[in-house]
Amino acid sequence: MRLDRVGTHVELEDAGVSLGGQTILRDLTLSVGAAEVLGIAGPNGSGKTTLLRLLATLTAPAQGTGRVLGAALGSSEVYGIRREIGLVGHIPTVVGELTLRENLDHATRLFGGDTARIERALQVVGLAEAADRKVEQSSYGMLRRTEAARLLITRPRLLLLDEAFSGLDVDAQQLIDALITRTTENGGAVVMVSHDASHLAERAGRVMAIAAGRLELAA
Amino acid sequence: MTFWDQAIEISRVDLRVERRMGDVLRIILPFAIIALLVFPLALGVDLSAITQLGPAVFWAIGVLFGMQVALRQAADDRPERRDLYALLGVDPAARFVGRTMSGSVLTVGFMIALLVATFVLYSPRLPSGWPGPVILAVLLTAVGLTELGTLAGEVTAGLRSRTVLASLIVAPLAIPLVIGGSQTLESLIRDTSILPWLLLLVATDLALAVAGVALARPLEEASR
Repeated sequence: MRLDRVGTHVELEDAGVSLGGQTILRDLTLSVGAAEVLGIAGPNGSGKTTLLRLLATLTAPAQGTGRVLGAALGSSEVYGIRREIGLVGHIPTVVGELTLRENLDHATRLFGGDTARIERALQVVGLAEAADRKVEQSSYGMLRRTEAARLLITRPRLLLLDEAFSGLDVDAQQLIDALITRTTENGGAVVMVSHDASHLAERAGRVMAIAAGRLELAA
Repeated sequence: MTFWDQAIEISRVDLRVERRMGDVLRIILPFAIIALLVFPLALGVDLSAITQLGPAVFWAIGVLFGMQVALRQAADDRPERRDLYALLGVDPAARFVGRTMSGSVLTVGFMIALLVATFVLYSPRLPSGWPGPVILAVLLTAVGLTELGTLAGEVTAGLRSRTVLASLIVAPLAIPLVIGGSQTLESLIRDTSILPWLLLLVATDLALAVAGVALARPLEEASR
């Protein structure tokens, strides 16, 4: 079966993931279309983060097949589409010894983005005044905002959010909401996972549940 | 962004981090100089022995502590940062080259500072015209050590015992660099040709560069 239908950003067919000899995900069949927001709810240890890493092409499927943005998972095709994927993980990804502005500058340069957009992005996320703080002097929310600013510049076609609303104030949550809206308005897709189904129900067009590594329709 | 743009950006940020943290200048270099001091203290007042041993001690201390300079990046290389680089489209080979560039600058600086300290503490007798060949040997040894350290960091990425394992990989593989560097100096003292030893260093550096670039992608994928 070919998994590259037009407009389908993510498609998994009986996919499974094993880590260290242990099966973490099994029999995953899933499709996410353009401009769609999919929520996946599940308790700790159910395989949510591993699923997002599979979709981010950072983990290859041990069983089954899958395509993300047209690239076959587990093949070298994924190297070409990785820069179109935005992943917000549990831990904000920043270089600890740099300031927030320097972190954004570093990511923008590596991405090949326009560094002239950095100041605007910092303003949008509310970090214009605090951008010269070092990471160690910044709060968790500020680091999340720095990630949001990065995603404003890199404009991913597939946005993957892992417990992205946890520990954030209302303003920062609205910022993530704006990122979701922006991604879908540009024809991108969003997959968000959380242990808190209420976060997902408010934002996702479709919500699934994951338990013991298997996906099912949410009750 | 081109391959070289990515490599230069990684190198630039790495040097900026070192400027702020000062691992090499404030920690590794003072320790290495203390190690240099220990040998004359152990040898007592035999000044001729101290003078004769100087070059050998320089290479031994230089390579052992140079390994620490070369491996310092591996300690800071968290999985999240590797994932971020992958999703920003960074070519793993560009990351290898960038880290080798910044690491080489630091290792060369470290070894030259150590060379100066060796002259102060050991007063080795070297023939005239030594600075050019010795500095070239130091440069080639430092680049090779950094390539080796960066490569070992990639091989051990994601492993729990990474720091120890990386040192164990670097130490035996650094033998051609130790031989090439020390024999260049020894050949200068004996007035024999230094060319074979410089060629050994160049060949080692090239082999490590090819291995690092060729293996960067497979090693990155295997580390996840």
